[in-house]
Amino acid sequence: MSARGKKLELVCPAGTPAAFRAAIDAGAHTVYCGFNDETNARNFPGLNFSTEELATSVAYAHKKGAHALVAINTFPRAGAVELWHKRVDDAAKVGADAVILADIGLLDYASKKHPNLRLHLSVQAAAANADAISFYARAFGVKRVVLPRVLTVQEIAAVNRDIEIETEVFIFGGLCVMAEGRCSLSSYATGKSPNMNGACSPASHVEYREEDDELVSRLGGFAIHRVGAKEAAPYPTLCKGCFEAGEYKGHVFEDPSSLDAGALIPQLAEAGVTALKIEGRQRSRSYTEAVVRNFRKAVDDYAAGRPVVGGALRDLTEGQTTTAGSYRKTWR
Amino acid sequence: MWNAKDIPLFPAVGAAMLRFAPLTPLSMAGAHLVKTLIRRHPSLFSRLGEQADKVFLIDPTDLPFAFRLQPHLEAPTLEAVRREDAGLWDARIGGPLAALLGLVHGVYDGDALFFSRDLVIEGDTEAVLALRNAIDNEEIDLASEIAALFGPFEHVAATPARKVSSAVGHFFGVALTRENENHA
Ligand code: SF4
Repeated sequence: MSARGKKLELVCPAGTPAAFRAAIDAGAHTVYCGFNDETNARNFPGLNFSTEELATSVAYAHKKGAHALVAINTFPRAGAVELWHKRVDDAAKVGADAVILADIGLLDYASKKHPNLRLHLSVQAAAANADAISFYARAFGVKRVVLPRVLTVQEIAAVNRDIEIETEVFIFGGLCVMAEGRCSLSSYATGKSPNMNGACSPASHVEYREEDDELVSRLGGFAIHRVGAKEAAPYPTLCKGCFEAGEYKGHVFEDPSSLDAGALIPQLAEAGVTALKIEGRQRSRSYTEAVVRNFRKAVDDYAAGRPVVGGALRDLTEGQTTTAGSYRKTWR
Repeated sequence: MWNAKDIPLFPAVGAAMLRFAPLTPLSMAGAHLVKTLIRRHPSLFSRLGEQADKVFLIDPTDLPFAFRLQPHLEAPTLEAVRREDAGLWDARIGGPLAALLGLVHGVYDGDALFFSRDLVIEGDTEAVLALRNAIDNEEIDLASEIAALFGPFEHVAATPARKVSSAVGHFFGVALTRENENHA
């Protein structure tokens, strides 16, 4: 069946209440955000929501006919699970439309304690095949899965044929190249786990210094990039670090480039995707406004049968270059 | 859609003239501004948390001086200093004046300015992120903040402040008033 004319849901990031309002006003169908603690995977200084701020933001979304999702998508630490339980309770109390969870124990808690609360499976759970996804749907009543950024469009179509729940895929923003929820690179350098403490390359362990016309980034004391005066600077993540290995000097894991799959919106719709997700809760409301407005136009154009034009947002991206990521794997 | 490469620089002639300008009046205005800001935006502090005790060097690289900011709740200060007299700081945020104003006003994205190298950060990254995120959430309208400096005469000062901000914004190519925003 052709997907032409299909209305795709645009799921947009918000790191602050101001960015949340900016996203809604720019045309987000749905906004996702997190609490200001280690229960979400963007636990950065000065970012995120208190329970009161979340309540006001959810009310704002509902008043504007939009939805609000709450990411509680880190893995509870042994002996500290109460904080994660409380955050699920808080999200339910303020009327969130769904919670985005990754941990099996937390999914179990939420499905039993709040049977009417809609559950989405976070990308952090790394559920990348139909069997795994169907297990989460059967066991906990999960209604939507956010697919890991390791699948091609053809693989997404294959997954969608074999599952009965909705799929959401990343369309724009920073790339995390490992199967999500399983990367420990940052833990080795800093002693803090992105998957439990909620921040890859936590700012407390990042240092930038201008040395002889070069910008040097260090993570946990290890130099991971040196970029010249005119070169674009990347995030201080180890996966995009520049290293020497034997004769080779360069990006060992991945180039610092961002995902922009805007041009693939028709193919993703044909592959049965329900929702498109924009990454970037750590970004400003200026970024949120620009990216949401751009992609809302793109999904409206697609729904109206107009051509979809992408690629206008390169200046906002890491490395100032973009890629279609795994959606178009040419190396296989 | 703004383009990081379009950020204008403060005119070199103006910067040369400012090289010899006395900094005390600027420091007095800065102290007043930061106290007013903190009174009008108390939630800045809940976002800054313990980072409010840090010393920030705000460094407009196209001007011949910088600002030492201590957003401390009890005794906030914003002092204009020559770079050689900047003393010790925890974190430095450097870039063209237009970029720094645009960040405060929320028209630029801090990460994009960092990627394009228009913004340089050094020292305590945690403090920089907390400050940037706290300011971004406040939806600061520079014209309103300037008008608020006039206390009981705020309503009288509002229109001229908006006109001045508009002219300065036009000069820099950055919108410094938020007349078109409405979250009602
Ligand atoms: S190091 Fe890279 S791949 Fe690993 S969690 Fe961080 S961003 Fe993701």
